Formats: sequence, C-alpha cells, structure tokens
Amino acid sequence: MELWYTDKHTEDVNFSIKVKKQLASHRSEIQQIDILDTYGFGRVLVLDGDLMITEKDEYIYHEMMTHVPMAVHPHVESVLVVGGGDGGTVRELVKYPGIKEIDLVESDKEVVTLASIHLPFTACKLRDPRVRMHFEEGLRFVRAKKDAYDLIIVDCPDPYGPAEGLFTREFYGNCCNALKDDGILINQHESPFYAAHQTSVKNAHQHIAIEFPVSTVYQCHIPSYPSGHWLFGFASLKYDPVRDLDAVRWEKLGITTRYYNTELHRGAFALPNYVRELLKS
Amino acid sequence: MSRLSQQATPLAEALNAQRINRLAHFDVPGHKGGRMNPELPDYFGKLCMSLDVNSMKSLDNLGHPVSVIKAAQELAAEAFGADNAFFMVNGTTSAVQTMIWATCGRGEKIILPRNVHRSAINALVVNGALPVYINPGRDARLGIPLGMGVADVQHAIEENPDAKAVLVNNPTYYGVCSDLETIVSVAHAAGMKVLADEAHGTHFYFHDKLPVSGMAAGCDMAAASLHKTGGSLTQSSILLCNDSVNPDYVRQIITLTQSTSANYLLLSSLDLARRHLYFHGREAFGKTIAFAEYARDEINRLGGYYAFGPEIANGDTCFAFDLTKLSVHTRDIGLAGIEVYDLLRDDYGIQIEFGDIGNVLAILSAGDRRMDVERLISALAEIKRLHRKDPVGLFDHEYIDPDVAMSPEAAFYAKKTTVPLRDSLGRIAGEFVMSYPPGIPILAPGERVTPDILEHIEFAKAKGCFMTGPQDMNIDNIQVVA
Repeated sequence: MELWYTDKHTEDVNFSIKVKKQLASHRSEIQQIDILDTYGFGRVLVLDGDLMITEKDEYIYHEMMTHVPMAVHPHVESVLVVGGGDGGTVRELVKYPGIKEIDLVESDKEVVTLASIHLPFTACKLRDPRVRMHFEEGLRFVRAKKDAYDLIIVDCPDPYGPAEGLFTREFYGNCCNALKDDGILINQHESPFYAAHQTSVKNAHQHIAIEFPVSTVYQCHIPSYPSGHWLFGFASLKYDPVRDLDAVRWEKLGITTRYYNTELHRGAFALPNYVRELLKS
Repeated sequence: MSRLSQQATPLAEALNAQRINRLAHFDVPGHKGGRMNPELPDYFGKLCMSLDVNSMKSLDNLGHPVSVIKAAQELAAEAFGADNAFFMVNGTTSAVQTMIWATCGRGEKIILPRNVHRSAINALVVNGALPVYINPGRDARLGIPLGMGVADVQHAIEENPDAKAVLVNNPTYYGVCSDLETIVSVAHAAGMKVLADEAHGTHFYFHDKLPVSGMAAGCDMAAASLHKTGGSLTQSSILLCNDSVNPDYVRQIITLTQSTSANYLLLSSLDLARRHLYFHGREAFGKTIAFAEYARDEINRLGGYYAFGPEIANGDTCFAFDLTKLSVHTRDIGLAGIEVYDLLRDDYGIQIEFGDIGNVLAILSAGDRRMDVERLISALAEIKRLHRKDPVGLFDHEYIDPDVAMSPEAAFYAKKTTVPLRDSLGRIAGEFVMSYPPGIPILAPGERVTPDILEHIEFAKAKGCFMTGPQDMNIDNIQVVA
C-alpha cells in the first residue's frame, strides 16, 4: 500500500509526498494539526491540510528570515517572532549572543507542544532562557507594544487561514509602532508565481510600504513550497538591506548556515522582472 | 395539523422535498431552476436556483397560510413566546408598518419616541395617523438619544388619552432600552396597545443576560428583525402578536402591501433560523456577548475611544443596555464617527454597521471570528495613532427636539415647493432628511426647519454621511409645504 500526502499548490496544481507514517493528528481549538513522517522530505508539519515546513528544506526558510536582517542591523537585542511555533526561527536567532530577549507569540499553543515532541530539529531551542513564549493572537500582542523591538519577524502561514489578521495594514502599522526607530520588519510574503497568490503578495507589499520608508522584497528557493520561488518582505525605518549589509561583522560571528551567506544576501534582493512588475502594479 | 416539535422545519423541509421530487414546473418563476439563463446558477449556485420557486399547494401561501407556512409560523410563535407569528418578506419595515396600521387609523394618535426608524414615520405618512413624539433622553457625554422616560410616557398618555398605541424601540440602534415592562403596564392601564420595534432586538428572546423582550414584557405586538441578529436572510423578518390583537385582522393588514410572490429562500431561512435560535440561541448570544465585552475592554484600553456598555444605564431613559452592541464614541480623538467608519473601510478593509457624528457601531454575532475582532481593535488603534486630532469644533449633539407643525401625511401630500436648503429655515418640511444608516430622520414631513436642523444637516454632509430622503439626491434643495 502506498500512502501519499498532497498539498494543493493551487486549484490545478498538486504537490504530493509519499508518507511513511502519520506521527500526530490533532484538532486544536484553532486548527487541524498533522505531523507526518515522509520518504522524500522527512518530517512534515501540516496545518489545516496545508504544508508548513518539511525537515528537508525548512532551513532555507528559517535562515533567510533570520540572517538577512541580522547581518544588516548592527545591534539587535530584542526580537519579536509572530507565529513560528515550530521553533525554527528561534533556533536561528539564538545563534546570536548579542540577542538578549526573544518574544515568541504563537496563537496555537498545541503547535508548540506537538513540535516539541515530533519536530526536535526546529523546536530544539525553544527552552533557551532568552525565549519567552506568549500564547495569544499576534495582533493583540503587538498593538500593546511601543518602541520595544529591534527586529520583528512575521513567521506565519498563508493569509487565508487563522493567520489572516497578520497580513493586514493594521497589523503592519501596529508592528511599525512596536519597533524602535531603527527597527526592521521581516514578513513571509508567499510566492509570486501563481496568480492565486499574487494578490496576497501585492497586498502585503503595499500595506507594508505605506508604513515603512524602506520597503523591499527578497527571494529564495524552497522546493516544497508552491512554485519553489519564495519572497520575503524587508521593511525598515532606517536601514537599507544591501547598502547597510555589514558582511565583515557578520562573518566574524562565525555562525554556521547551510543556505545563507553574505554573497547570497546581496543577490537575494535582485528580483526577476515579473516580480518587479507585480510589485509595481 | 398536530403540534410539531421545535426540531421540525416544516417549510424548509417542504421546499427541499419539491426539489428532490423533480417536479416539472410550468409556473413562475420563469428561470425554471436557472435553466433559462445559465449565468444565474453560475453566480448563485444550482441549489439556490432550484429553491427559488413560487407558492404552490405543497408549499402553502404566505397571504393565506393553511399548511407548512402555518405550521412554521406556529413554531416561531412558540419559540418567541408569542400567541401568533407572521413571516414577513418585505423587511422589518413592513412589520413595523403593520403594527401601526393594525392599531391606529387615520387621525388617530400614536405615542412614539422621535428617534424611531423612518419606517414608523413612513407608516404615518401612508395612513394619516398622528404622531405624539416623546423627546428621548440624551446621554450628554456621548451625544446619543436614549430611550423614553416612564414619566414622559405617562405624561403623554395623560395629555392624549385618546391615543391608540405606544411604540417603543427595544432597543435603539445603540442598544439602549426603555423600561418596557413599566411602559406596558402604564399604557395598558390607559387602554393603549404597546408595540415593540425590535429591529435590533431579536436576540433578546434567547439569552437571560439581555434586556427583556417585547413578548416577555407583555407588549401586544413586536417586530423582530430576524435577519439582523437572528441569522436569517436579509429582508426576512417576523411579526409577533399576543392574543390581545386579532390575528386575522393583522393578516389582512399585512396583505395590503406584502408581495403576493413571497420569496421562499427568505421564508425558509426564517424556519431554519428559528430552529437554530431555539436550540443554539443561548450559546450563540453568549458567544456574542463575550466578543462584545472583550472588544469593549480592549478598545477602552487603547485610550481616546469610549466603547460604552451597561454603565450608561440610568434606571430610566436607559433602563437596560444590550450587551451584544459594540458602540464606540470617537469624539475624544477628534474624529467624527463617520470619519472613523470611512477610514476603517477605505484603509483597513473593515466594514462596520454605521458611523454617525460622534460614534461608530459594529454588529457582532456568533459568526464572527476572534481574528476579525482583533483586526477591528488593532485598526482602531492605528486610526488613533495616525489620525488623532483636537476634538475642538466637533458638533456634539445628535438629537433635535422636533417642532411638529402638521401631520406627516398632510405635509407629505400638501402642495409643495422646492427651495435651497438654507432658505428653508422656518418652513414646514414636506419630505424626510436622514443619514442612512441609522435611518433616524433629522427632519420628517410636517416638522418645521430650525437653525439646529440646518446645522446638523450641513455638518453631516460635510463629514461624508450618506444622506437620504429628499427628492434632490444631493440634498442641496428641499421640498417644503407651499
């Protein structure tokens, strides 16, 4: 017998992985959480049927969300991660000794619980003493903060589910208010490739551009995500992501990465024409 | 027909059965299940089209109900604690008008608060009954009209012993209730009927933390807008009656103006909504109250805004407050409610019920999601951060005591002349002027135009309120009695 898990990349495009075993299936108050062990991609986290991360390629996503802003901002001490209950973003952040505190705001506590059991490769650093976990709505948490963070990373799934409220103008405005004067916001932007996702890429970019003087987009390649071509938003009140990259300082930290390097950092901001056009339109 | 249980939905079941039985239709509607024009099923869905049928033997007739509609109405009456219930397909407007027409004739008086919905005054325009207005109380801080004071109602009854009925908003758009039980006993003692406009009070029937419902308070009739907070389709509504009114006469009144082609999607939605409310209403409105209380706390914590709640109760003109209402006073951040309403929609993609001069109102229900409530609160935080102004210069009163010079009917049908708005001072209005929503007239036919009224209209226009009523769509001119 063969058992396959299918992630619908669009109405007309499927991405299927052969399953070894289902490790968890749990209905939380917010969503359906499934964790699979697969042949091609190792362990896979699935929320409401949608693929979130796989053991095989999650490092690309988490490294690109974390090291890009960390190589630009010279003195990050306090970080807010919105979403990210699998722990992957935190795992990358704790590599920096300069970071003093990390607030992780995850709306679904049970994602963290299950990740801690079944996804040790991402959840391994959630018990770091600098990490404080808050189980509540990201929107609610952020609007109470002012001048509190050097870096906010919005590590949330797609904009048509429980995280819908985190792809809105009010959320990015609240983030702007929660950041210090030289703060950076990194946002998971979805893929520009399929028409079905283009509107959300455009909306997120426009909402962020209204609030932040510096607002741009960078890309990477994540094989298990729709089209594999993935975008992140880089927004800041002060720093330019390429001009203010301090490669020397970052190299000195001696941080080990599998995807990110400072050469790639520069290149990631060079966008294909179709993406430029999408963001302009 | 033997009494059915509340589990039954006789009308919805019969409608579905005609679809399953594949009846060949040689009756209207001509779209024949949508096959006449494929664009309709593509747009609305095939199932929806196959349920859009006309009255027939198996589906009863709204104008003369003898089978499934009758049974469904009986179940609704039982669920709402009424002796009779009538399904309405012309909106709660038609239910309010039926209440007035069934109790007051031409030249007869009805006591009502001036902050009634336009549908009530429209009813007077049509049948020539005379309004005796009661000045509703006013909350000085919020600038909103409240309910009627018991002493004021008593006084009006003594002054007008010939009045036939008292109409009460239960509650107002803002969720404010009068002391309905005392008003009922005072009015009944004087031989007058009590009519409850429950356009915003359907939920009162299904949760004990909410103000008393019209039927429970002993009202003779109540217009319950099931589509607003009860979960049925837009435009469907229920008229409830106690046995103090003759149901057959009420039915005659309804058929004067009700469509003879009542829409079965609307009717069956009333049947389904009634069953859901009966079994799950308490849970649904408990959830709504929890959302509203949470949102009030969070919004008040933002500072600047005042999301008001049961603390505005004063024992009289605000006897009780509807906990499900989320009204927010915006004047202290220097923005008119209508400006906040526009910003929410245009900048944040959030549609709320209405914004008036000093407040915005959001309708909450069990259909809301936590995340959407958070969005609303966060967007209000952003609007305050980005748009806050000095409140000086904001117009601060909502209620204007009317000077009634003629009956609404006489003024509406009088020989009239059109004058520029600013030249209408001192003249008797021949038409309505109101912001919609909330649809409470600033000026009604028969009322004299005062400086306050002109100032109010100009301010509301300047702030971008959606003004309706006059023949002149731009509200630059107004018709006055010649």
